[in-house]
Amino acid sequence: MTDTTVTGFSAPRSPFSPPTRFAVPGRIAVSNRAAAVWQTATLSEIRRETPHAATFRFAVPGWAGHLPGQHLMLRVTAHDGYTAQRHYSLASAPDDTGHIELTLDHVEGGEVSGWFHTEARPGDQVEVRGPLSGFFAWPGDRPALLIGAGSGVVPLMSMVRHHRARGLDVPLRLLVSARGPEELIYAGEYGDETTAVFTRRASEGVPVGRLSAAHVAPLLTGAGRPPGGWEAYVCGSNGFAEHASRLLVEAGQPVDRVRIERFG
Amino acid sequence: MNVTRGFAGRPRVHNPGLPPGQYDAGDDWPVLSAEVTPDLTPADWAFRIDGLVAEPRTWDWDGARALPGSVYEGDIHCVTSWSKFGVRFGGVSLDAFLEVVRPEASATHAVAYSHTGYTTNLPLGDLTGGRAWIAWEYDGKPLAAEHGGPARLLVPHLYFWKSAKWIAGIHLLDHDEPGFWEQNGYHSRGNPWEEQRYSGD
Ligand SMILES: Cc1cc2nc3c(=O)[nH]c(=O)nc-3n(C[C@H](O)[C@H](O)[C@H](O)COP(=O)(O)OP(=O)(O)OC[C@H]3O[C@@H](n4cnc5c(N)ncnc54)[C@H](O)[C@@H]3O)c2cc1C
Repeated sequence: MTDTTVTGFSAPRSPFSPPTRFAVPGRIAVSNRAAAVWQTATLSEIRRETPHAATFRFAVPGWAGHLPGQHLMLRVTAHDGYTAQRHYSLASAPDDTGHIELTLDHVEGGEVSGWFHTEARPGDQVEVRGPLSGFFAWPGDRPALLIGAGSGVVPLMSMVRHHRARGLDVPLRLLVSARGPEELIYAGEYGDETTAVFTRRASEGVPVGRLSAAHVAPLLTGAGRPPGGWEAYVCGSNGFAEHASRLLVEAGQPVDRVRIERFG
Repeated sequence: MNVTRGFAGRPRVHNPGLPPGQYDAGDDWPVLSAEVTPDLTPADWAFRIDGLVAEPRTWDWDGARALPGSVYEGDIHCVTSWSKFGVRFGGVSLDAFLEVVRPEASATHAVAYSHTGYTTNLPLGDLTGGRAWIAWEYDGKPLAAEHGGPARLLVPHLYFWKSAKWIAGIHLLDHDEPGFWEQNGYHSRGNPWEEQRYSGD
């Protein structure tokens, strides 16, 4: 990487690229303007998903739109000016003009999720900025293999909804892990694209156990693998993300085609 | 001010060490990386400094460990809002590495990159003067892989996405060049005390 300097002129700079294998690049450019501005979001509806998770629908009239997989920053403010801000993935498909939906787990002792689950009611206002991060976004262009656990299914559901709403025929598969059927978020909305994995409890005849190589391997070999392979999207707690991303790589998924969103 | 009805927040003690918009994560140390954790052993690890320097140089594990040791004791701050107080990292001050390669006078910025290909940009001034480390120990133990072990960059006065995990090298430039998150809408510098989270802050 040398700039050849001829008297009075310098060759155009080529950006530095590291000699190491490049981590999956961002899929889309993020609008820096949208990311910088706080907007008021008015809660319009609350839908219970499971005993511990609920979906919160907001009107955000100036929402610039998003791609499935993106998240936002949400801020709540107390009377004395104290604020708390947290990241939340967008659950809704992009075409829901002027409205967005978030799905929050009720985290034990959680400051923000606690407010949502015990206090929030339609008409309440919070602030949001975003959408953020083009990295985990899925524009609907390439075959997508989605693996999520718990509330990690939220950004993946936005992708599934987008796929349906647009009638896309690009292959899409979702593996979703939950402790038991009653804790499976969006349970009524899954179709043929989805396999649910229950780790603790399941109804008669349904196996119980962790997501394993047996779930992943068939999707990465033979007829299960689309020509050109998958973009893999993994989302959930760090422990789950580590486990699922290792399974993928062991089954042959290239590391630079695994995108991970860790909720902490 | 847009007060949120019914939101009081946790009872809080004023903590002058907490930058605006942050909370104390206590014993938690959340893991936030976008890529698969690499299987990288000390034997595979190498660290290079090149670009606008008099003598580009690559250190292997033993070579880097042979430099004079240095410890950071203090706080770290993540853009996702958690801060962690009183952490202790062991490694080598980046100054010790830079002394060997001798940056050119024209070098103003750096791109730090990791063995996974992750990149992040920094003004050179944020990497010198005893404010940046190559760290391989946390709390007296080898740094865990999910936190960037065997070795990571540590720039604790900036948001933690600047502290590239699995550090592989630093390339010095005479201009600023956005890295991975900076191309994804994050701020170019990332000073937690000024809440430089996203581009435009
Ligand atoms: C990119 C991204 C996307 C995300 N998307 C989603 C999503 O779609 N849905 C979702 O549910 N979550 C999501 N999360 C997680 C979310 O951002 C929050 O971390 C989560 O809602 C918990 O926030 P909280 O304020 O309720 O809990 P916090 O108050 O942050 O508490 C978290 C834990 O720490 C403990 N704790 C922390 N500080 C204290 C203290 N001072 N005193 C006592 N206890 C304390 C709490 O007891 C609790 O166990 C996402 C995270 C990221 C990074």
